[in-house]
Amino acid sequence: MTDYKNLKLIATSNPHIRNNETTQTIMRDVIVAMLPALIMGIVRFGVEALILTAVSVAACVFFEGMYRKLMHKPQSVADLSAVVTGMLLAFVCPVTTPVWMILIGDFFAIIVVKQLFGGIGKNFINPALAGRAFLLGSYAGAMTSWIDPVANKAPIMGGLTDVVTTATPLAYMKTGDIEGLKAAYEIKDVLLGTKIGGSMGEISAILLILGGVYLIVRKVINWQTPVAYIGTVAVLTFLFPKGSASGLEWMLYSLFSGGLMLGAFFMATDYATSPVTKKGQLVFGIGCGIFTVLIRYFGSYPEGVCYSIMVMNLCVALIDKWTKPTRFGVVKSDKKEAAAK
Amino acid sequence: MNFGKQFKEGLITNNPVLVQVLGMCSTLAITTSIMNGLGMGVSVLIILTLSNIVISAIRKIVPDKIRIAMFIVVIAGFVTCVDLLLQAFVPAIAESLGVFIPLIVVNCIILGRAESFAYKNGVLASAVDGICQGIGYTLVLLVMCFIRELLGAGTLMDIRIIPEQFPIGMLTLPVGGFLVLGCLIAFMQWALAKSKNKEESK
Repeated sequence: MTDYKNLKLIATSNPHIRNNETTQTIMRDVIVAMLPALIMGIVRFGVEALILTAVSVAACVFFEGMYRKLMHKPQSVADLSAVVTGMLLAFVCPVTTPVWMILIGDFFAIIVVKQLFGGIGKNFINPALAGRAFLLGSYAGAMTSWIDPVANKAPIMGGLTDVVTTATPLAYMKTGDIEGLKAAYEIKDVLLGTKIGGSMGEISAILLILGGVYLIVRKVINWQTPVAYIGTVAVLTFLFPKGSASGLEWMLYSLFSGGLMLGAFFMATDYATSPVTKKGQLVFGIGCGIFTVLIRYFGSYPEGVCYSIMVMNLCVALIDKWTKPTRFGVVKSDKKEAAAK
Repeated sequence: MNFGKQFKEGLITNNPVLVQVLGMCSTLAITTSIMNGLGMGVSVLIILTLSNIVISAIRKIVPDKIRIAMFIVVIAGFVTCVDLLLQAFVPAIAESLGVFIPLIVVNCIILGRAESFAYKNGVLASAVDGICQGIGYTLVLLVMCFIRELLGAGTLMDIRIIPEQFPIGMLTLPVGGFLVLGCLIAFMQWALAKSKNKEESK
């Protein structure tokens, strides 16, 4: 028998489609999708990678919880979005980043970029990317020295004093040193993430693709943004290889090195900072791809993923306005009339 | 005139930078060290007070149509005096402030106060208004300088407070100026809205 006394009735306007999906389940899927890359980082760089990620996650959760508490706002720690931000920020930093430095990045990402604008869903640029850009602008040296995971099997706590640094694939590509690049890393290396130096979460392209595919299958993200982003980079790098490299070779190196996969699957698809419509997401992805290639080719940094996504984040409002779908029931002639007015 | 009310307006409820959002250019550009902020703030304070007095005194004989040109002439005169005095007595500050001292001529705060206050009020009230608004401007500059110099460069009045590897260098760059100013304006609006709510609920 139905327990009419305790039956919960919900009054809503249509459409009456209900789903158990919440922010928490979505964020949990994102965390699961990032785990393979995290494990790879720990395997390659040692336990420091785990410590850095744990500190970053704890700090993000702490800052978020404290802010909501101090400002007497509804607590939002349980939606796990701060955990995702913390993981992503740790993923895009070198493993040698001192702990105090990543704390500053976490503070900037959570308090200034996210909470001051009203919390989850109201930030206009990706908090983790903003945190990284802030750290890169403040501590350029520490943020761009990459240790060699082969030479330092077990890196030691305490920073850069004893470790051997290495040139990342992107550093070779920036200078156009194709011979050096091929001698140092095969395409297999950049795809799997063996041998190469780089930010701790972005070395293994294949595991990030795996995580991204998981997110698409789980319908957490749409395929439009990552496919448009990666496709644009692929086409542009295939058409304009640098130096003596063939188009295909150059394209594969470009796709699998740096933060492209991490950015395309995990950062450009952030709900709050990407367009709502699928058409808009295609435009967004293409824009990100163009900016990434332009920065990699002509900018002063070897990597352009971070800034390109941030630039496109700022354009989201415009893209949304431009790709607004026609309302149900509006016929073509009405639309033309409305446009003419 | 109620001088207490004017003082409160200049400092808080009608602060030239945080509430009227005037004089952004100089506020963003020179607030990288306390000495700069102090030099700029005091210069504006003096020029604002003197130009308010003169404009208020001549307000009845100036034709309405050419008043803006008259304001600029008066302000430019005082700016030239202050510029030359700074160069003569504190050349270090004059050098680090550079073009921003001559640019006080077109500072919106001074023109804004001349237009909205001194042109309509008596000499004494205008003088008090100049001082209050000038203090409001100087205080905001000092707060910004304090934040940016301490966190961005790790020093205060060129004395090292935070060891060299820690300071957040980005705060001394222009982007840091925008960030700090944005946070200050947000805080001010939040505080004003809060006190207004309190008054209404009483």
